[in-house]
Amino acid sequence: MTDMIVADQLVKDFGEKRAVDQVSLTVKRGEVLGFLGPNGAGKSTTMKMLTGFLKPTSGQASIAGHDVSTASMAARKVLGYLPEGAPLYPDMTPWSLLHFCAEVRNVPSELRRRRVIESIERTNLQSVVMQSIDTLSKGFKRRVGLAQALLHDPEVLILDEPTDGLDPNQKHEVRELIREIAPDKAIIISTHILEEVDAICSRAVIIADGRVIADGAPSQLAEQSPLFNAISVVLSTDKVQQARSILEALDDVQEVRVQSLAGGLAKLTVVPAASRLILNPVISTLGEAKLEAISIRPEASALEDLFRQLTVSPDKQEAA
Amino acid sequence: MGTLFTVAKREFSGYFATPIAAIFLIIFLAVSAAFTFFVGYFLERGNADLQVFFNFHPWLYLFFAPALSMRLWAEERRQGTIELFLTLPIPLWAAVLGKFLAAWLFLGVALILTFPMWVTVNILGQPDNGVILASYLASFLMAGGYLAIGSCLSAATKNQVIAFVLTVTVAFVFTAGGAGFLTNLISEFVGKSVLDAIAEISVLPHFNQIVKGVIALKDLAYFVALILAWLLGAMAVIDYKKAG
Ligand SMILES: Nc1ncnc2c1ncn2[C@@H]1O[C@H](COP(=O)(O)OP(=O)(O)O)[C@@H](O)[C@H]1O
Ligand SMILES: [Mg+2]
Repeated sequence: MTDMIVADQLVKDFGEKRAVDQVSLTVKRGEVLGFLGPNGAGKSTTMKMLTGFLKPTSGQASIAGHDVSTASMAARKVLGYLPEGAPLYPDMTPWSLLHFCAEVRNVPSELRRRRVIESIERTNLQSVVMQSIDTLSKGFKRRVGLAQALLHDPEVLILDEPTDGLDPNQKHEVRELIREIAPDKAIIISTHILEEVDAICSRAVIIADGRVIADGAPSQLAEQSPLFNAISVVLSTDKVQQARSILEALDDVQEVRVQSLAGGLAKLTVVPAASRLILNPVISTLGEAKLEAISIRPEASALEDLFRQLTVSPDKQEAA
Repeated sequence: MGTLFTVAKREFSGYFATPIAAIFLIIFLAVSAAFTFFVGYFLERGNADLQVFFNFHPWLYLFFAPALSMRLWAEERRQGTIELFLTLPIPLWAAVLGKFLAAWLFLGVALILTFPMWVTVNILGQPDNGVILASYLASFLMAGGYLAIGSCLSAATKNQVIAFVLTVTVAFVFTAGGAGFLTNLISEFVGKSVLDAIAEISVLPHFNQIVKGVIALKDLAYFVALILAWLLGAMAVIDYKKAG
C-alpha cells in the first residue's frame, strides 16, 4: 500500500455552487504534497472530504487504504488532522486537551503522559500547557492544533494552513518539524505561501475554482513559467534604458521587464527564450558595456508567477 | 466503551470550567424551592409528602433541560470544534451518548441537591419514602427525555438560542399533550382514539404513574424509548449535516 491518501474524482456542491470539481490526487508515503490555491479555491473543502468530515457529492476518498465513508473509524485512527483555523475547546488547557485526544486515541495509559509530553516539546508548548486555550495567542493555538495532530504519530497528516498566524521564526520551526517527520508519513498541507512549497513540499497541486490545474514537483511546475531561469538585475535608474536595449539584443533573451524600486533604483527581469541559461551572457554583456549593477541573480519567483498566471480568473485574463 | 466514558468525562468536567454550572445549580434549586413553597403552599397543605414539588418538575425541566442541552452540539458547531471532535476516532453513537450522559448526570446532580426538601418532609411528618424515591426516579427519567430532545435539536443548528427555543417548543408539546387543559381543549375537535394516542406518547401520564409510586415496566420503557429515539435522531441529524 503506497498510496496513503487517495482522492478519486471528488465533487462537492453547496447548493448551486460547485466548490470542488473532480479533484483526484494521491499521496505516497514520504511525500509532502503542497495544496495551493487562492482563497475560496476549494482546498479546505477537499481536505474535509478526505478526513470524512464532509460527505462528497460524488467521488471517493481513502486514507491508508480505508475508505473514509465506509471504514471511517479505521481511517480516522491513522490520521492526524489540523482543521482550518485550528478550532480547539477554549475552556480546556493544552495539557487536558492532549490527554483527552490521547485517551480517545486509545494510547495505553502508561504511554499517555510520555506521548503528550513529546508532542508538547515538539511544538514548543512548554510555557503554556496549563493555561486555558482561550487565553493563548493565535500562534500558540495553531501549535496546540499541530500537537494534537501529531500526538499519536499518525501515518497520514492533513494540515490545513499549518503556518497561518505564525511569526517567521515559528513558521520556520513548523517547516523544520514537517521536514523532520516527513520521510515515513504521507502529508498534505494547504497553504497560499509559495516559498513554503519550495521549502518543504515534494509535490505541489494547484487548484482554482475547485479544479486541479497543475500537479507536479515544485521545480517541474516552475519550469512551466516563462520566468523559469529568468535573471533579475538591480541598477540605478539612469542606466536602465541602455541596459535594457543591449540585453534585449541578446539572442537568448525573449524580453526585459522593468520595475522601478525605491531609492533611484530599478529592477530588470530578463526573461530567457525557451528557458535558456542566460546568467553568464547577462553578466558579460553588462560588464562590457561598463554598466555597473547592484545585484544580478536568478529570479526566484517562477512558481509564484505560474501560480498567478493559472489562478487569475478567466475574465481578468481576457481583459489583460 | 472507553471512548464513551472519555467523552462523557470531558463534557461533564466542561460544565465546571466556568461559573455557569454553579449559576445553573443555584437558580435550579432556588426556583424549585420557591415554587414548592410559595406556589404549591407546601407548608400550608399540612401533608408530609413531596407531591407539589414533583408535580411541578415537568414545567421546571421545560426550561432547565433545554438550557443545559442547547450548547451540547450547537456550541461545537459555532466554535468549529465539531470538526476536531468528529474526526477523532470516536464512534458517532459514543459521541452522542457521551455528551447526553454528561448533561443527564449534571441534571442528576441538581436533582440530588434538592435533598433538603426530602429532609424537611421527614422532619415534619412521616412520608412514604418509597413513593419519594420513585418520584425522584420519575423526575430523573423525564429529565433524560427532555435532554435527549435537546441533544437532537442542538445538533441541528449552530445557534444556541435557536436550539433552546426549538427544544422548549417540542418539549412543551410532549408534556402538554397529556395535560388536562389541553386534552379538554382539543377533545372538541378530535376523536377519543387520537386523544389516547397523544396521551400515549406524551410525558405526563407516564410521569404521573411513577410519581404515584407505581413503577410499571410500561412507563419505564416509555422513557427509555423516548431517550433512545431522540438520540438516534441526533445521530441522524449529525450524519445528515455531513452532507453539507
Ligand atoms: N459550508 C459551506 N456552505 C456553502 N459554501 C461553502 C461552504 N464551505 C465552503 N463553501 C464555499 O466553497 C468554496 C471553497 O471554499 P474552501 O474550500 O473553504 O476554499 P479554500 O480553503 O481554498 O480557501 C468557497 O467559495 C466557499 O465560499
Ligand atoms: Mg481554506
